[in-house]
Amino acid sequence: MALPLNNFTYPNETELQWSILIVLYPFITGLVAGAFILASLERVFRVEAVKPTYRLALLTALAFLLVAPLPLQLHLGHPERSLEMYLTPHKSSAMAMFGFVYLWYLMAVLVLEIWLDYRRDIVLLARSSKGFLKLIYKVLTLGSDNISEGSLRVDDRVGYIVTVIGIPSAFLLHGYVGFIFGSIKANPWWSSPLMPVVFIFSAMVSGIAAVMLLYMALTKIRGEKISMPCVDTVAKYLFYIFIIDFSLEMLDLIHRIYEADESFRSLDFMVHTSLWIPHVIIQILLGTLVPIGILGATQLLPITEFARKRLYVLAGCLTLVGIFAMRWNVVIGGQLFSKSLLGYTTYELHFGSREGLGTAIFLTLLPLGILYVLARLLPPWQHHESAT
Amino acid sequence: MNMNRRFFISLTGAAAVAWESLLAGSPEESPNYKVADHWWAMLIDVEKCIGCGNCVRACAAENNVPEGFYRTWIERYQVDDENMTEPIVDSPNGGINGFPQRAAGTGLTTGTIKEFFVPKMCNHCIDSPCTQVCPVGATFTTPDGVTLVDEKYCLGCRYCVQACPYGCRFIHPEKHVAQKCTLCYHRITKGLTTACCEACPTAARQLADLKNPKDPIHEFMRTHSVQVLKPQMATGAKAFYAHLDGSVR
Amino acid sequence: MNRFKDAEHLLRVAGVFLIGVTAFLLFRAWFVPPSFGQYGHYRADSMKDVAALPVVHAGHEVCESCHSDVLDVKKAGKHAGVNCEACHGPQGKHAEDPGSVKPVLPDTSVLCARCHEANSAKPKGFPAVVTAEHSMGMPCNTCHKPHSPKIVDDDAAKGGKK
Repeated sequence: MALPLNNFTYPNETELQWSILIVLYPFITGLVAGAFILASLERVFRVEAVKPTYRLALLTALAFLLVAPLPLQLHLGHPERSLEMYLTPHKSSAMAMFGFVYLWYLMAVLVLEIWLDYRRDIVLLARSSKGFLKLIYKVLTLGSDNISEGSLRVDDRVGYIVTVIGIPSAFLLHGYVGFIFGSIKANPWWSSPLMPVVFIFSAMVSGIAAVMLLYMALTKIRGEKISMPCVDTVAKYLFYIFIIDFSLEMLDLIHRIYEADESFRSLDFMVHTSLWIPHVIIQILLGTLVPIGILGATQLLPITEFARKRLYVLAGCLTLVGIFAMRWNVVIGGQLFSKSLLGYTTYELHFGSREGLGTAIFLTLLPLGILYVLARLLPPWQHHESAT
Repeated sequence: MNMNRRFFISLTGAAAVAWESLLAGSPEESPNYKVADHWWAMLIDVEKCIGCGNCVRACAAENNVPEGFYRTWIERYQVDDENMTEPIVDSPNGGINGFPQRAAGTGLTTGTIKEFFVPKMCNHCIDSPCTQVCPVGATFTTPDGVTLVDEKYCLGCRYCVQACPYGCRFIHPEKHVAQKCTLCYHRITKGLTTACCEACPTAARQLADLKNPKDPIHEFMRTHSVQVLKPQMATGAKAFYAHLDGSVR
Repeated sequence: MNRFKDAEHLLRVAGVFLIGVTAFLLFRAWFVPPSFGQYGHYRADSMKDVAALPVVHAGHEVCESCHSDVLDVKKAGKHAGVNCEACHGPQGKHAEDPGSVKPVLPDTSVLCARCHEANSAKPKGFPAVVTAEHSMGMPCNTCHKPHSPKIVDDDAAKGGKK
């Protein structure tokens, strides 16, 4: 295939607009959506086996959702003006509308569901604790001391409804992020109706993998026994959803190659050169095919508990790396080629700058710190005594 | 030459207004200017462009454009008649210092070669994708057809830069807000032409007011084939190109 | 009554939401700029902000109002369509205060080549030369008068190649 002799980018295209922080943002919101879907497996679809992960999944979702706006704030030219998105949202802008989807999901779904599920524990902790901690719990009770059977039944019913609403809300949350990219006709790497769908399914994959890993790690740290029926079931769902995710990505690829529109030559060259390692090696090979193979093997072959646990950890870690690579390939990949379709540029990732690797690492670890605080405040480990 | 103010009242209207504005120090919109009377566009004749770079320099001076960024620029094309889909394009510093003659042996060396310059700028689209995606309303199209950026309101989220198919936007390195060609709104509202048109020696660029029945663009469009860049994007671009080759990106 | 008591905590939640929404609406009413929405989803005053930016190029009509003698020469020559600031650069400050702000005369050995240096991408028929061969380093205004570049005096053209 003949390639352009010269490298031409439009003169304003020398630097990338969106950095690694904008890669991190869909990754984080993806974990949120995925963790929530896992939680809903138990709550709505009555998959009892995954119950041990229910509260952990909710707290994980909250921890990551709280951090999600931070990479955006750090990336903005004028973060002090970011409230404008809520005060004068431009209804035709996916980014503006997403602000409200985020707010809806945070307050009306996640926080509400966590509150309803934990309310009995919060009231008990408000009664039993002392000092400043007592004040925190009292505030969280919103002044209500009622944990009668009747009130807990109400909580359960309302919580069920919130989760049912929460499932499409979680899809909306991350589908919207996909739409933010997928609706940009100027960028042929992004513009696709498949983009929101691919984002949703890869979000589910990453969220489920993250909660699975967290559950196994934290259970081990606490010295408790990992429930194999639980992780086996989580791994099974991870496997199925991964297959769907992979199929969607392959559909996009095959469609692109077959139609070979005006952007194909430029994008094809990019995938074979600057995106070869992140896209083909890391995302497709190590991040998708290998974990699917491992998970498939655990589903189909008799493997000991000892080996299964380690295989799940391996598959889970590779999955997270693969989904992060997918976000990288979408966001960074979409900016490495010129809109003239005649050239390419490079992404210079520094460590110490405001939008650098150091910041990205910090923002990835921060939710774990928040999760630790949340888990101390609202322990997810007591048995979930629903009033059923 | 002893000129006084009374002398200038007798000058042509535009010159008088411009002179008044200059003397005023901090000029305001001409009191006679009504947005509803105008629908601005630009006419670019590719066959007339000599790649001198005057427009790029004039725009940079007029609008304080930071170095390394361009509100307008020129591209040089080299096209082989057997391979229109792979032109050789270059734009050294946006063409701000003109174009050096290509060194022997570089670029296309075989085939029937056609070469020309193409000035580029914001197309002030009617259905502009950049204003569509702005989350807060910091970029917009005025009632007289000019797409502007509200630098006091812009967040610097860069979504508009991503959404523009033509690559005409950038983020100011110090102000951290989006910037682009304003069609010299501060000039055209006073009856002046844009800086790039003022500086162009061959009238390759001409400001046009589609609502003005006497504007030469109407006759020009009637008698010439006229294109816009990337018509498949359906942006409603208002930078009209005459003699635009199909290889132009 | 028992039913209400058991759901009473939900009312507290609703109350918190209501307070939040009200506070947001109040803040919004205070914060959104007054001209926002006048013409569309933007701050209409920003049009005035842009329109009020300083004019840097005076525009040829302003130049010609004082330098009508140059205009007369230029009108009759090949550079009739070339505006003053195309060569002289932005002269808004000079136009504002002609006495104290004096424009610097451009160096023709650099200036003229920008348009007239031969380049295969230039349109056919546009007058262009290879300056190294044509003027051999001499500034162009040695032979050509920039305002009307056609050479009428043969003596001045001696030694120059076309």
